[in-house]
Amino acid sequence: MLALIPLLPFAGFVVNATLGRRLPKSVSGGLASLVMLASFVISVMSVMQIAGRPVGERAIQELLYTWIASGDLKIDVAFRVDTLSAVMILVITGIGSLIHIYSTAYMHDESDGEFARYFSYLNLFASFMLVLVLGANFPLMFVGWEGVGLCSYLLIGFWFKKKSANDAGKKAFVVNRIGDYAFLLGMFALFAKFGTLDFQQIASAVSRLPPEATFGILSVTTLLLFIGATGKSAQIPLYVWLPDAMEGPTPVSALIHAATMVTAGVYMIGRNAVLFEHAPQTMLIVAVIGAATALMAGTIGLVQNDIKRVLAYSTVSQLGYMFLAMGVGAFGAGIFHLYTHAFFKALLFLGSGAVIHALHGEQDIRNMGGLRKELPITFWTFVIGAVAIAGIPPLAGFFSKDEILFETYVEGHQILWVVGMITAVLTATYMFRLVFLTFWGERRQEAPAAQDSHGHATAPSHGHGSSSHLHDAPPAMALALIVLAIGSVAAGWIGVPHALGGHNELHTWLEPAFSAPAAGAAAEGATAAAEGEAAAGSHETLERMLMGVSSLGAAAGIWFAYFVWVKRRSIAENAAREFAPIHRLLLNKYYVDEIYDAALVQPIKVASQEGLWRGFDVKIIDGAVNGAAAIVNSSATLLRRLQTGSVRTYAGSLFVGVVAILAYYLWL
Amino acid sequence: MPEIITFYLFAALTVVASLLVIGQRNPMYSVMLLIVSFGGLSGLYIQLEAPFVAVAQIIIYAGAIMVLFLFVVMLLNAPKEDAADWDRTHPLRQPGVTRWGTVLAGLLIVQLTTALLAVREFNTPVGAQSDASTVNSVHDMGRSIFTRHTFAFEATSLLILVAMVGAVVLARREGDQ
Amino acid sequence: MIPLSHYLILSATLFAIGAAGVFLRKNLITILLSVEIMLNAVNLTFVAFSRFAGDLDGQIITFFVMTVAAAEAAVGLALVIALFRHRESLNPDAFTSLKW
Repeated sequence: MLALIPLLPFAGFVVNATLGRRLPKSVSGGLASLVMLASFVISVMSVMQIAGRPVGERAIQELLYTWIASGDLKIDVAFRVDTLSAVMILVITGIGSLIHIYSTAYMHDESDGEFARYFSYLNLFASFMLVLVLGANFPLMFVGWEGVGLCSYLLIGFWFKKKSANDAGKKAFVVNRIGDYAFLLGMFALFAKFGTLDFQQIASAVSRLPPEATFGILSVTTLLLFIGATGKSAQIPLYVWLPDAMEGPTPVSALIHAATMVTAGVYMIGRNAVLFEHAPQTMLIVAVIGAATALMAGTIGLVQNDIKRVLAYSTVSQLGYMFLAMGVGAFGAGIFHLYTHAFFKALLFLGSGAVIHALHGEQDIRNMGGLRKELPITFWTFVIGAVAIAGIPPLAGFFSKDEILFETYVEGHQILWVVGMITAVLTATYMFRLVFLTFWGERRQEAPAAQDSHGHATAPSHGHGSSSHLHDAPPAMALALIVLAIGSVAAGWIGVPHALGGHNELHTWLEPAFSAPAAGAAAEGATAAAEGEAAAGSHETLERMLMGVSSLGAAAGIWFAYFVWVKRRSIAENAAREFAPIHRLLLNKYYVDEIYDAALVQPIKVASQEGLWRGFDVKIIDGAVNGAAAIVNSSATLLRRLQTGSVRTYAGSLFVGVVAILAYYLWL
Repeated sequence: MPEIITFYLFAALTVVASLLVIGQRNPMYSVMLLIVSFGGLSGLYIQLEAPFVAVAQIIIYAGAIMVLFLFVVMLLNAPKEDAADWDRTHPLRQPGVTRWGTVLAGLLIVQLTTALLAVREFNTPVGAQSDASTVNSVHDMGRSIFTRHTFAFEATSLLILVAMVGAVVLARREGDQ
Repeated sequence: MIPLSHYLILSATLFAIGAAGVFLRKNLITILLSVEIMLNAVNLTFVAFSRFAGDLDGQIITFFVMTVAAAEAAVGLALVIALFRHRESLNPDAFTSLKW
């Protein structure tokens, strides 16, 4: 039955890919959404099935068949639902269904064929993502890993007639691929060390080893896996594809680049918690990179002018938080943030999609303003999402972000805690800058007249001028927005920490997934609970203090944004002019893309063109082939002189033969 | 003793005639000299106690084949090779085939002679093993041909047929029926 | 009592003379005559060996060789006639259309 969860969306893909062009939009869109909902239902049923079991046995593993059995290598197609993947499949199918329904309205202006193509890709993506999280071993996860990379490319470049979309798709795919290469190397190292690629077997094998004190084989392996994660989850140094990926349709950005695909890296580390715990050096690297990425992306997001780009950098930043959590050992906190982030980030993206849809393709926030009254549903849901991401209690973001910051502090990484705090303030600031510039005040036309760089492909179908009445989100879109808004508020309530009187149910639920199997998981659960109780007592005051600090910081950020961008707009402009170099640096994303281009892309391009193409391919390979022909040609020219046409010469050659043979037999 | 004299006589005749054959300008003379050479060979055959072969040599070779050559020479009115064509320089000075051909021929003699002299049994006198009963007669040859070598005989007859037809076809003037 | 080697040396000499004739002469008919000389040299060898071995097979072979030589001479001369009709020349160097 577990296999149905990825198979249903795959069936949707097949139908839409083959017959889509001939189906009306209601059928193709409806079918796609329906399979997602069905998958969601089955996911819920599976989760309820394992929830009913005692703590140590909350896992179902179904073996479909043996894929590869070659020598020592045995790879099965096996799906596993345990407490960790339960969270993931609910997020993917639940939020995925909402986004499918939203898309039926957002993409309505496309032609039938394009509409069906979009939904086929979206279903395919969901299918692969589910394989990724349900896979019980590395190769199966890698199949899903690569598959979502492929679908990301397909969906980013959906409007393929635009060059920028094509370029963005290619960039995403290539950068992902670099990470995948490291991931593969990590897999090979794992197989070499442990002889198996099954998650459970690796975990139990690793748990018998002591944690590595130096940078040994485990650290190298986990580092390689982490590099793969940086590619998929857009961390330093492989994050450069995510902002460009905004070329794709907004629901795609919501699903893939906010809620699901980019979380694959985080999930991977969570899945291999035991392995990573035994490599403390790598864990430190993970935490540092996570924190650094969070801060860097936050600073860039502060000055961006495209509504989707701000959200993209915000995603990168929040992913940094998740990796920070994983790096300090708070795996549960990381997954908690993943889950809450899925809600409010998807909400924010869909909200921005509603804004873009209403403004017929306008994406520059300098050209927005005053939408608060005209798009009420969009406005209120967007604000809820912004408050959630800023970390104001009691919305979802507060609990998850706070748990991360608390764990960071408690594990002794005070510097990283400071970085996290600064980023939290920045998050609130840039998010509310976005809110105020988009929805407050009067409608502006400040952006320089640029070419139409948006992806909204069709001409405005409403025929309205900018001053007349704007359409708020149509019902399908509004439904998704409202459901996600409710989630953004309530989702955090399953993780209320003990310090505030809650029981942190999510942490207890996830605990077994992060420990070695059969190593007395039940006993672990009990002792962990006991420890948690004991430790919590002493840390509770600390936790409450830290919570107070972060809430104040978030509130300060919001007030600052209000002050600058609503009350005294001139401050922003003066600051931009006075600190022009810094402003330019941030606006141009620290010139990272340009650095990569100069340091990596151009040399490779030149080396390929001059060295490999002109040098090797043309001179050596073509030379060899042509040379073979030339040799045949010249030897033939030489040999044909034998054909003189003169009978006497032929007789002569006969005699040469006779003499030679006689000489051979007589004298040799 | 007389055998040695006759041997050297006939041998000299054959060799000299052959040399002259390849040395003549006029093909008619060449043909005639070749007939003389065949005569010498015939004598050698008789000395080797092969009367049938000797007579066959005269009848077939000298009598039929050479006459055929004569016919063709006369038919074609083969001109004497002109003095211009006829190169009186030494063969080893002429370019190409002529030079190398002569060298090869010399080399061939050397090889054959070396080979022959290396085998010591060949030095036994030929007639030493003979006795009256091995005098070869036509009778014995005929019996051998028609029993043991019948297939070769029949094949040869087919060969002659083919040669005849071939010669007629090849020499026919174009356009004739 | 003439040893076999004498006959064989004679035959070798005749063969070489014939071979030289093929190369040296520029007249088609003379070339054919040189080929006949070579064939005869071979015949002599066969008969000599036949006498030496006390066997009749050598002479029988000679018989067949002569037949074949006759056939070959006939066809060869027919060819010469046909060629002569084309080029009015008996010089082998005149027939080099198959040259590369």
